[in-house]
Amino acid sequence: MDRPLPEGTPVPARDAAVGPASSRLSRREFASCAAAAAGLLMTACGPKRLLEFPKERLNSRLRDLEREYSRKFATAVTVADTPPMPNVLFAYALDISRCIGCRRCVYACVDENNQSRDPQVHWIRVLQMDKDRGVDFTHADPYYQPKEVPEENHFYVPTACQQCRNAPCTKVCPTGATWTDPDGIVVIDYDWCIGCRYCMAACPYGARHFNWGEPTIPAGKLNPKTHILGNRPRPKGVVEKCTFCIQRTRNGRYPACLEACPVGARKFGNLLDPESEIRYIIEHKRVLVLKEDLNTMPKFFYFYAT
Amino acid sequence: MNTFRLYSRFVTGSLHLVLEGNRAYWAWLGFLGLLIISGGLAYVGQVRTGLVVTAMRDQVSWGFYIGNFTFLVGVAAAAVVLVIPAYVYNWKPIREIVIYGELLAVSAIIMCLLFVVVDIGRPDRFWHILPIVGHLNFPQSLLAWDVLVLNIYFLLNFTIVTHILYRAFSGRDYNHKFVVPLVLLSIPMAVGIHTVTAFLYNGLAARPYWNSSILAPQFLASAFCAGPAILLIVLQVLRRFTIFEIQDQAIGKIAELMAYAMFLNLFLHGAEAFKEYYSDTEHLLFTRYWYEGLGAHRTLVPYAWAAVTLNVVAFGLFITPRLRNNWLALNIGCLATYAGCYIEKGMGLIIPGLTPDVLGEIYEYYPSPNEMRVAAGVFALGFLIFTLMLKVAVPISLGEFQGPEANAPRAGTANVAVPHPG
Repeated sequence: MDRPLPEGTPVPARDAAVGPASSRLSRREFASCAAAAAGLLMTACGPKRLLEFPKERLNSRLRDLEREYSRKFATAVTVADTPPMPNVLFAYALDISRCIGCRRCVYACVDENNQSRDPQVHWIRVLQMDKDRGVDFTHADPYYQPKEVPEENHFYVPTACQQCRNAPCTKVCPTGATWTDPDGIVVIDYDWCIGCRYCMAACPYGARHFNWGEPTIPAGKLNPKTHILGNRPRPKGVVEKCTFCIQRTRNGRYPACLEACPVGARKFGNLLDPESEIRYIIEHKRVLVLKEDLNTMPKFFYFYAT
Repeated sequence: MNTFRLYSRFVTGSLHLVLEGNRAYWAWLGFLGLLIISGGLAYVGQVRTGLVVTAMRDQVSWGFYIGNFTFLVGVAAAAVVLVIPAYVYNWKPIREIVIYGELLAVSAIIMCLLFVVVDIGRPDRFWHILPIVGHLNFPQSLLAWDVLVLNIYFLLNFTIVTHILYRAFSGRDYNHKFVVPLVLLSIPMAVGIHTVTAFLYNGLAARPYWNSSILAPQFLASAFCAGPAILLIVLQVLRRFTIFEIQDQAIGKIAELMAYAMFLNLFLHGAEAFKEYYSDTEHLLFTRYWYEGLGAHRTLVPYAWAAVTLNVVAFGLFITPRLRNNWLALNIGCLATYAGCYIEKGMGLIIPGLTPDVLGEIYEYYPSPNEMRVAAGVFALGFLIFTLMLKVAVPISLGEFQGPEANAPRAGTANVAVPHPG
């Protein structure tokens, strides 16, 4: 739902806080401190993670976030909590033989998922590999910059969160701030993450990214359709990652990277639907997963269609 | 009422003690204070701007802070390496100095917890990790285990030390039924904090450098070197500046134990290096980054060989009876051990574990000046706490600082001799 900016609530400029205004400001500060303390106490006594929130409390959190983002980005922002669909287990397949390494998926992802432009955060990383070495991370180059892609004797392996069924990252999180939802998407509660980065040490795919500084998104560049566990603007000091475009795919749409791919190398669908394209690929092509020896059981498959 | 009077006298007396001291004492406190202020300011900057002021990035997402944390968990074992012989062999010269090991353990754990706090991105959410108040992902997350064991170990040592010292202050003998089980519990707990901290890294299949079962034993071995190295120096300082008596025999015995621990440490490193180099898989990269560098990426190589050299020298000094009984050689050995183990844990464990990263990228991490200032501040705060605790504990154990109802000062250190569980 779209909410207009709250009217008649101009935020007083900080510089104006002199003379009589300063006492008003300190009262305001006191009120917000008291509210924060009350919030802390309530949180401490009740459910803590978004995962456990009762519907009413979650709704009020969503509306608060919408107001906060709408004001900050001067545009009407929605924050949805679309739940997983029943009988759906999402999976991705990527055709290595088609990928040309153009990185359009990388930037489509940045725009769709509101990644910070400075410091730069990319959820998708395209690795350039040597054909005579095969899929070999040791000799992969993520910073290739030729005039034109694809380059002779090279092929490309885009990586992002592999949405593991046996995810090492969720296991190690000390606060339970990251988990796998029933539709197979590994999500992060940005309100609960303490930023210890243990999940980043545990992830074998470099899929998790930390907000080392205050994330910045230029004015007008924000995608206002957001999901609370996905592409809503993140604060500094928390971890983020690919969510299979949770804000799109839970509404029956394709992930942004798939739509941006000019060669149709990216496939997405429901593993539980025998008629789905993803099932067709798994049954008819030879698929592989990255680092299969680690038993992470990714739901992100790679294949060679041609 | 009586207890209250005694307690208030303890507090005011302690305050007097820490506020009195010679020039060297105040210079030391001033030095620590400056480091703390500098570290505090650097930390304020870090909180404002974000961890971007450190050299850590997505590729090397843990660095100097977590390295120091790991090293200090090792130092916290100093207590146990002394407690084991004191109780198992009932060896009196060591039993008398156990209490200083426990004070060191208390300070080290405080530093450990501070290093975790300065490392996390959202220190304001620290309470999320507390049991009951927050949500502790126990028993799945090894970090949750570490939070629990470190806090229990801290409380345990703190309780034992304060109980014994307070009883000595009030002129009574400590409660054997209370202290003995706690002291006995602190032995497996000390092994436990090391093991759990090692498992924290060990359990990550994504990082082959850590995913080796030799990690936990090697942690224990290096801890049993570094902890006593600090303690031996502290004990000599105490002996020099107070009338506190510590027998040469006790110091010699600790040095001998350190030699065995250092041998084990070197042996385990050798075993790991053999496995990596002989099997020559792609997992060798991390070990090579540490010892030889990868192409032009050689930042850590001098540190690696400095650590090996220092550890070998320390082993040579401690294993030779004539040298470990020579004060100069002994102190060189202590400094070499401390520096060697510090480099090995602070730089050599965390950074090569993350370089190259999981997708093969080499990002050369070296702590930023801001990071070093924060780390120095944490160390200074820990040493300040240790200094102040010693300032109170030493006069109590010498019988110089006692409550009004206490008997006449007893000779020597009898009051703090920790009980034998027999």
